[in-house]
Amino acid sequence: MTTTTPAAGRPAAEPERIHAVPVRYPGRWISAAVVVVLAAMAVNALITNDKFAWPTVGKYLFSQPIMRGVGWTLVLTVASMAIAIVLAVLLAVMRRSANPVMRWVSWVYIWFFRGTPIYTQLAFWGYASVLYKNLSLGVPFGPEFFQVDTADLLNPLRAAIIGLALNEAAYLAEIVRAGLQSVDRGQSEAARALGMKEGRILWRIVLPQAMRVIVPPTGNETISMLKTTSLVLAVPFIYDLNFAQAAIGNRIFQPLPLLVVAAIWYLVITSILMVGQYYLERYYGRGFDEHSPKKRPARQAAINAARTTADPSPLDGVTP
Amino acid sequence: MSAVPTNAADAGRTDGLDPNAPMVELAGVHKWYGDNHVLTGVDLVVPRGTVTVMLGPSGSGKSTALRCINQLEEIGAGSIHVEGELQGYREEGGRLHRLHPKKIAVQRARVGMVFQRFNLFPHMTAIGNVMEAPIQVLGKSKAEARERAAELLTRVGLSDRLEHYPSQLSGGQQQRVAIARALAMDPDLMLFDEPTSALDPELVGEVLGVMRDLAASGMTMIVVTHEIGFAREVADQVVFMADGAVVEHGPVAQVIDAPTEPRTQDFLAHVL
Ligand SMILES: Nc1ncnc2c1ncn2[C@@H]1O[C@H](COP(=O)(O)OP(=O)(O)OP(=O)(O)O)[C@@H](O)[C@H]1O
Ligand SMILES: [Mg+2]
Repeated sequence: MTTTTPAAGRPAAEPERIHAVPVRYPGRWISAAVVVVLAAMAVNALITNDKFAWPTVGKYLFSQPIMRGVGWTLVLTVASMAIAIVLAVLLAVMRRSANPVMRWVSWVYIWFFRGTPIYTQLAFWGYASVLYKNLSLGVPFGPEFFQVDTADLLNPLRAAIIGLALNEAAYLAEIVRAGLQSVDRGQSEAARALGMKEGRILWRIVLPQAMRVIVPPTGNETISMLKTTSLVLAVPFIYDLNFAQAAIGNRIFQPLPLLVVAAIWYLVITSILMVGQYYLERYYGRGFDEHSPKKRPARQAAINAARTTADPSPLDGVTP
Repeated sequence: MSAVPTNAADAGRTDGLDPNAPMVELAGVHKWYGDNHVLTGVDLVVPRGTVTVMLGPSGSGKSTALRCINQLEEIGAGSIHVEGELQGYREEGGRLHRLHPKKIAVQRARVGMVFQRFNLFPHMTAIGNVMEAPIQVLGKSKAEARERAAELLTRVGLSDRLEHYPSQLSGGQQQRVAIARALAMDPDLMLFDEPTSALDPELVGEVLGVMRDLAASGMTMIVVTHEIGFAREVADQVVFMADGAVVEHGPVAQVIDAPTEPRTQDFLAHVL
């Protein structure tokens, strides 16, 4: 109902649109000017200071060891986050389980991995093959089924990924738990009333809605992980971006330009991750965000045109 | 006050549906929340194909009774049978054994429930909401579920809203989707917990219209509502609850027009 409805009896003419003078905000222009000046000063300070050695930055930006470092850093980030997310969902579900053993295991896991430094944990995974030469599967004090050499299983790359993932899972588990808690209880009740089983309810109803709450802090964690990968030196794993940068910087006695090279790459990757996060948020915001209605109007129009569903119904009259 | 005649001699009854049993039978149902005694012995029989309207003051346990029938709550004492089958338990060797959650899910699937606050799945379109349970629970194919869902949404007057998300629908439209969603499971019994009390007055009619139609099609329904007009029109039985028990029950002409219990008279004086 609009307030511009023509008075009764008069023909419905197209109403005159409002073309008002918008409110002026001089403060915005002033602040913009200040920001531009400050940015120019910052750029000037970076470019004119030859200690940054920009030609050196340019020389190494796409160099082979740096590119390889970017690649390994990406592998470490993506692999450890992927494992961590799966583990975190499991931990969060265990934490909410009716089974007290599950709840306790999850609590202890989170307590331990959040409570000890990541550097120590990574170093431990590096030492694991020294601490336990062989890993075997069998009955305790009984027969063994098979045995592997720990050093083969936990090569530096795998040790680094596992170390990062297990630590991250503890933090993500709390994020996932917060997300699951944010979903209205009525949702799982409605699903239960329809006869859905608990696993299905979690997977189809609760988790997709929880993702709205889970994705933004997980994006945060991913970007944080990108930079935490520089700690894999503790394993030691020595091919990531930060190690490559430091190695070259030390060799040519010019640490500063190589730090700039690494910073540029971290920024580039972060930007790409943020784009991904934007699309993830949009996907999980469907049905919630009034600004992004995915009505599939073309599809609806086709359905209506086909008239497969528009049989005359005795109830049609009650539609407003 | 003599309660609804209960089938007390159901000791010999085994699991499974009995086509001759009433649709729902509650016998001496108690429910405690901690120390709070919420249901204090509910007796109720709902014959097949009938509509029971449940009235009662706030806090009298109407929602709790419905939730117990659909096993969203566990009962503390008494028994609930749906189509002659004991709900939630299995009797063996003179003892009750709690059913496995998967068995309970099977029992629930025969009972549709419509909530006051709709509880539609916000991340699914209207048709997605209706298709979900038939696919996940009954194992129907997507195409089959979609066709049936479109049919049901048409039946509730929403053929032009299939691809809308709940947030893009009015309250009345959302509740009609919720009814279609429950009907998609082909339930034998439908429970309605104040389905119109979260709606603007002008939207109440469209939802009641759908329910009236459903009653006319022979669906067994238990409806908690304060819409006395609706009760007069479609109720075969009116049940008045107070303090966690059924105080008075019978046809409209008896319970609404000539109540004998002072608490019923008092309540109706406020509602009418
Ligand atoms: N989850 C719960 N935990 C504890 N007490 C509860 C819970 N749910 C309901 N109750 C209590 O049980 C009693 C009955 O509640 P119920 O919701 O069944 O009433 P009702 O008749 O449906 O009332 P209304 O008309 O307000 O919906 C109330 O006193 C309420 O406080
Ligand atoms: Mg209630």
